[in-house]
Amino acid sequence: MSADESRLRETPLAAWHRDHGGRMVPFGGWSMPVQYGSIVEEHRATRSHCGLFDVSHMGRLTVAGAGARDWLESTLTRSVAGLAAGRARYTLVTDEGGPRSLRVLDDALVACEGDTLFQLVVNAANRERVVESLAARLPANASLEDRTGQTAMIAVQGPQAVGIVAGLCEPRQREAITAMPVYRTGRAELAGVDAAVSRTGYTGEDGFELVVDADCATRVWEALVSAGGRPCGLGARDTLRLEAGMPLYGHELVESSDPFAVGLGFAVNLEGREFPGRKTLAELSAAGPTRRRVGLILASRRPAREGYPVVASAAAQAGEIGVVTSGSFAPSLEASVAMAMLDVSRADAGGEVAVEIRGSREPARIVPLPFYRRKT
Amino acid sequence: MKFAKSHEWVRVEGDPAPGAIATIGISAYAVEALTDLVFMQLPRVGDTLTAGESFGEIESVKAVSDLYAPCSGEVVEVHEGLPNDLDILGRDPYGEGWIVKMKLADPSELDQLMDQTAYDAVVREQSQ
Repeated sequence: MSADESRLRETPLAAWHRDHGGRMVPFGGWSMPVQYGSIVEEHRATRSHCGLFDVSHMGRLTVAGAGARDWLESTLTRSVAGLAAGRARYTLVTDEGGPRSLRVLDDALVACEGDTLFQLVVNAANRERVVESLAARLPANASLEDRTGQTAMIAVQGPQAVGIVAGLCEPRQREAITAMPVYRTGRAELAGVDAAVSRTGYTGEDGFELVVDADCATRVWEALVSAGGRPCGLGARDTLRLEAGMPLYGHELVESSDPFAVGLGFAVNLEGREFPGRKTLAELSAAGPTRRRVGLILASRRPAREGYPVVASAAAQAGEIGVVTSGSFAPSLEASVAMAMLDVSRADAGGEVAVEIRGSREPARIVPLPFYRRKT
Repeated sequence: MKFAKSHEWVRVEGDPAPGAIATIGISAYAVEALTDLVFMQLPRVGDTLTAGESFGEIESVKAVSDLYAPCSGEVVEVHEGLPNDLDILGRDPYGEGWIVKMKLADPSELDQLMDQTAYDAVVREQSQ
């Protein structure tokens, strides 16, 4: 093990991944499986049946106390004043740093478990920075606890995911779990293990994300595998979320992003609230974006990758109109697709553009997002 | 058959003399390490390849890799159908999965490459 590798954290399932052929790579400070066999097969298994994803590397923060709701209301870009127990919402985490008094630190899911108890799930790479930023602004009547190390998180995604999870639940819970609406949360006993369950995901498929105590993780994971879930790595997680048109912090969203340009205006509630960066966000909202996020489908199967320039056409003299933020081969579409930020005047769906791939201008067509929508 | 450290193989028809036809491909180990092949960029007939320099690209879902010429020479044949059926590389990387054929410019370059035994040892080491 190199010195760098020894500083990587491991999830409770790391040994299982290694024992079962997981190719481990560093990701956000953690040793994670990028694939077990074929990324394309894992992707297809999720779309057709059920994929299992160890997402324990993501940050799980608990905000508690009498002041929890009010504090989050004055902290997050998304309003939580009316977020009832058992519901989750997508939000951004911001501060007022940087040249325009607005920095997007992360995107996150916030869930309410009661007036004095909230859960925040953040990206692995941003966890420490978000914790530091939030902890510095905590009022006396609210607490922030990083529960990442004590817990594990498993995503179960695909058309059979709900059936598989419900089948492992206590019989009297099965109906409620099966009927749980999207973006709701609850608790269940899964394979004899107490789990927080949310009908959320990052694949465009139906399914759940489960949080359990760290020392119960392997038991739950193995039960899910025995019930037909296919272990999938980060490689498939990326191709799935790309097809679903979902942003990834560090790509579609960075510190200096205009959330409205990225299409995340729904996560910014400006009216009647104060929160860090509100003033700049209101200005951005009023001014309108100069670039916006679009989908691209390439004529050839050659993958377009993050950072590649998008130009007005394949002609040699055509100028730059934007940049690719994420791209890959999309197994469900059998095509190379990308998300890009394009100048608003050149961003209309149907437009024929080109992506500069290592010196060659490859034709591409602008399409609306998402690339893939599940049938049911 | 000889192998480069970068996992390309070369096989010469007949005696390794200047002008002899050399067939080039990539090893089974390389194909297995790449997984999920989606794209390949090949040179054209008439192109000159230089030993140790990139002559094309092979791309998987996750990453793009250069193909490095194990020896120098003029390309006389390209496996045009290969990019449209990359599964061939997984099925038969040393036969049907050939990539280019060239006229060998300098047979002494072959001495810089590994034989099967030496290459197998390199693969074993990298697999640990």
